Amino acid sequence: MDNTVATEHPHTHETAVHVEHEHIALPQHRHHFETVEQQREAGSFGMWLFLLTEIMFFGGLFFAYLLYRNWYYAAFASASETLSIQIGTANTAILITSGFFMALAVWAAEVRKKKMLVWTLILTTVFGVAFLGFKYDEYHAKWVEHHIPGAHFDIKDFVNPPINPQTHKPIEDPISPDMAQRTQIFFFLYFAMTGMHALHMIIGVGLLFWLIRRAARGDFSAGYVAPIENFGLYWHFVDIIWLFLYPLLYLINRHPMH
Amino acid sequence: MSSTATIVTLPDQATARLPKRNYLNNEDGLLSWLLTGDHKRIAMLYLISITFFFFIGGAFAGLIRLELLTPQPDLVAADTYNKFFTMHGIIMVFLFLVPSVPATIGNFLMPIMVGAKDLAFPKINLLSWYLYVLGGILLMAALVLGGVDTGWTFTTPLSTHYLNTHVITAALAIFVAGFSSIFTGLNFIVTIHRMRCPGMTWFRLPLFVWSNYAASLLMVLGTPVLAITLVLVLLERVFGIGVFDPTKGGDPLLFQHLFWFYSHPAVYIMILPGMGVISETISTFSRKRVFGYTAVAFSSVAIALFGFFVWAHHMFIMGISNYSALVFSLLTMLVAVPSAIKIFNWAFTLQKGSITFETPMLYSFGFMGLFTIGGVTGVFLGSLGMDIHLTETYFIVAHFHFVMVGGMLMAFLAGIHFWWPKMTGRMYPESLSKLAAVTTFIGFILTFMPQFILGYLGMPRRYHAYPPEYQVLNVLSTAGATVLGVGYMLPLLYLGWSLKYGAIAGDNPWQATGLEWQIQSPPLTENFIEIPIMDHEAYDYEWLEQKQKNEVTTVG
Amino acid sequence: MTRTTPKEDSMAETVHHTEAQDPTNVTNPEHTSHHIVTPAQYGLVFGTLLILTGVTAAVAFIPLGWANPVVALFIACFKACIVVLFFMHAKYQSRLIKMTIGSGIFMFLSLIVMTLSDYISRSWGLW
Repeated sequence: MDNTVATEHPHTHETAVHVEHEHIALPQHRHHFETVEQQREAGSFGMWLFLLTEIMFFGGLFFAYLLYRNWYYAAFASASETLSIQIGTANTAILITSGFFMALAVWAAEVRKKKMLVWTLILTTVFGVAFLGFKYDEYHAKWVEHHIPGAHFDIKDFVNPPINPQTHKPIEDPISPDMAQRTQIFFFLYFAMTGMHALHMIIGVGLLFWLIRRAARGDFSAGYVAPIENFGLYWHFVDIIWLFLYPLLYLINRHPMH
Repeated sequence: MSSTATIVTLPDQATARLPKRNYLNNEDGLLSWLLTGDHKRIAMLYLISITFFFFIGGAFAGLIRLELLTPQPDLVAADTYNKFFTMHGIIMVFLFLVPSVPATIGNFLMPIMVGAKDLAFPKINLLSWYLYVLGGILLMAALVLGGVDTGWTFTTPLSTHYLNTHVITAALAIFVAGFSSIFTGLNFIVTIHRMRCPGMTWFRLPLFVWSNYAASLLMVLGTPVLAITLVLVLLERVFGIGVFDPTKGGDPLLFQHLFWFYSHPAVYIMILPGMGVISETISTFSRKRVFGYTAVAFSSVAIALFGFFVWAHHMFIMGISNYSALVFSLLTMLVAVPSAIKIFNWAFTLQKGSITFETPMLYSFGFMGLFTIGGVTGVFLGSLGMDIHLTETYFIVAHFHFVMVGGMLMAFLAGIHFWWPKMTGRMYPESLSKLAAVTTFIGFILTFMPQFILGYLGMPRRYHAYPPEYQVLNVLSTAGATVLGVGYMLPLLYLGWSLKYGAIAGDNPWQATGLEWQIQSPPLTENFIEIPIMDHEAYDYEWLEQKQKNEVTTVG
Repeated sequence: MTRTTPKEDSMAETVHHTEAQDPTNVTNPEHTSHHIVTPAQYGLVFGTLLILTGVTAAVAFIPLGWANPVVALFIACFKACIVVLFFMHAKYQSRLIKMTIGSGIFMFLSLIVMTLSDYISRSWGLW
C-alpha cells in the first residue's frame, strides 16, 4: 500500500507527488483514510453494520408479535381483518417501486448521469411520501373506528361484527369479550411496528431531500457515489422490513368465509 | 535483570520536555475540543465524563452501605433506598462500566495500535460522546426530579404499571446512552477490519485490539435489543397497553427475555476490554510474549459468541420452563471455559517471566485473583440447584461485584496507569499509586467477601433491613467500602497532580512493544508522521531489544 | 517498524498498494471489483417483487390452514433475498459484507429461536 505521506511535515502532504493517487484530486477524501477505495469500503461496511443493529432492533418487536399471535390467534385474526388489504397491498407495491427507483439512482450515480440521478431520487421520494400518505389514511381509519389501543378502544366490532349487507351474515366470526380485549395487543404491535417503520421512512425522506439537493449540485456525478450507495442500502432495508410486516399484519386470516 | 526493582526508564528529567507539538496543544479553545474529530481528544472527553459519573455512582454506593450498617431501616425510607440501589446500578453499569475501557482507552489507543490515523468515522465518534453526555444528563434529570426505584433491571410489571417514579426519563436516558455504545462498537469494527496498516495481519494485532473487537461485536448486535425493550416499556407506561402486564394478557417474562438478551452480553461488553488491558500489562511486566496468543485471541471471540446464548440464567426462578432452564444452564457452563483459558494463559505468561511490580501489574494481579473468584462463583450460580437458593441474595451481589469491580474496575485502573504516560506524557507518582492499588485491593476484599457469606446465609438483595444476626458481616462490608472509597479517591488526586508536576515520561517508559510505544508521548494529532509498516509479531521483545540497541537517545 | 517509503517506490506503483510493502495485502484484501448492476437486472427484480406481492395476496384468500403463514413468510424471505442480493448489491460484495449479513440473520434467528424455546416448552400443548 503506498505511503500517502511521503514527506516529514504532515501539513504539506497535499503537495506530495503521487502518480495516480486520487488522494489529492478528490474533495471527498478524508485524511485519515489512505485511499478513496479504503474510505468507500469502510463507509459501505459501516452502513451494513448499522443495518445489522436495525435487524436486532426490529427483532424484539417481531418476537413479541410471534408470541402474542400464537397466544391470541383469534384476536389477531379478527383484528387483522379490519386492516384494508387493498391499501396494504398497494402500499407494498408503492414501496417496492420506490426501492426500484432508488436502485436506478445508484446506477445513475455510478455511470455519472446527473439528470437521471436527480429524477430517480425524486421518484424515490414521491413514492415514499405516497406510502406515508396511505399509512396516515390507515391510521386515521383506525382512529375513527376506535381501534387505537388505550382509553378509547372499543371492542364492539369484534364482539358483534358488522353484518355484510349482501350475505346478511357477520363479516367475521364474533369472539368473546376477553379475547376481544386482546385485539388491543395486536393493534399495539401494529402501531408500534408500522410506526417504527414509518419513522425510519420519514428519516429516509428527510435524507432524500438533502441528497436530491446535493445531487442537483453535481456532488455525486463525478465518481463520488458512496452517500447514494449507502443511503440506498438503508432505504432497501426499510423496504425489506415492510415486506415482512405486510404478510404478518395484513394477511393473518383472509379466507373468504361469509 | 531480576535484581532491578523496576523496568521504568525515563528520560533525563533535567533536559526532558514534553514534545512541542502534540494532540493536546495542536489546537486551542473550547470549541476545538467540543467539535474535535481526533479520537484521542474524544477519549479524554469520555475520561472526564466517565470519572464524573463514577463518583456519583460511588456516592450512591456509600449511601447504600451507610443504611446497611444497622439492621433496622433507620436511615431512609424504603422507597428512597430503592432509589439508591437503582441509581447506583444504572450509573455504574451504563454510564461507567460499559464505556469505561472501550470509550477511553480503546478510543485513544486502538487506532494507534492498528497503525491508523484515526477511527473510521471520527464524526460518529464525536456523536457517540454527545449521546453519552445526553444520556447522562437525562439520567441526572431523572435523579433530580425524584429518582427511579425499579432496580437497574426495570423488571415489569413493576416498572410499567406499579410505580410512580421517573421510569420514563431513566429509560430514555439509557436508550440514548445505548446508541452511544452502538456507534462506538460500529466504529471499532470497521477500523479493525479495514484500517490496519500494511503488514498488520489479524494475528499481529495486540490482544487489546482483539478484546475490543469482540466487545464491539456484542455492542453492535446486543444493544439494539435493549433499545427496543426500553421503547416497549416506554410505550406501555405512556399508553397503558398490556404487552408486559399479565392482567391485560401480556407476559412479564417477555420483557425479561428481551432485557437479558442484551444485559448478559453487556457483562461481556464490560469485561472483555478489561481482559484486553490485562493481556497488555501482564506481557509488559513479565517481559514476555503472551502465552498462547491464538488461544487468547480466539477465546475473546468465543466469549462474545457464547455470551449471546446464556441470558436466561438470570431468569431461572422467574417462570421459564424447566427445559429452557436446563439448556441455558448447560450453555452457561460452557461460557466459563474461554474465560478460564485466558486466566491460564496469563498465568503461563507469568511463568519464567521477569516480573516487576509496578502499579499496573499490581492491579493486574488483583484482577487475576478477584476475577477468578468472581468467575468461579458465577459457575456456582449457573447450576440450577444452587441458583434457586443463591439468586436474589447477596451472593449474586458479591459475585457480580467481584467480576465487575475486582475484575473490570481494576483492569480499567491498570489500563489508565499503564497508558497514562502515553496519553499525557507524564508519569504518576509510583509509591502513591502502589499505595492506592493495595488500598483498593484490601478495601475490596473487606467489602465484598462478607457478602458471599451473607448471601449463602440467606440475606436477600435490595432490602434495606435485615435480621440482626447479619449485622457483623454488614458492618465489615461497610468498613471495607470506606477503605475502597479512599482507594479510588487517591488516583483522582495524584493523576490530576501528575498533569502538572509528574515526571516527563518519554516515548516508552515501560520498554513495551506495540505501535503506541514507538511514537511520542503525548502523540501527534495524526498519530504517525508516516503510516507504519508492521514487520514483526506482537509482543516481540527481541525486536524491541534490537531496535533499542541501535537507537540514539542523546545528543553528542 | 516504521520504514520510510522512498518516494521512488510510491511513484512507481500504479495500484492502490504495493505488494512489497503490503505482503499480506491488508488494506484491500479482497480486491472487490465494482460490478455495476444494470437497470435491466433491476427491472427484472422489480417485476419479480411485484408479481410475488400479488401471489402473496392471492394465496392469503385460499384456506391452507397452518400453511398460510408459512407460504407468506417463505415468499417474503425470497423477496428479501433478491432485494439484498441485487438492489443492495450483496451478490457482488466482499466476503466480509456477506459474512456481516449472515451474522445479522444468525443473531436475529438466535433471538427468536432461543426465546421461543422457553415459550414452547412451557405447559406443553397449551402453546
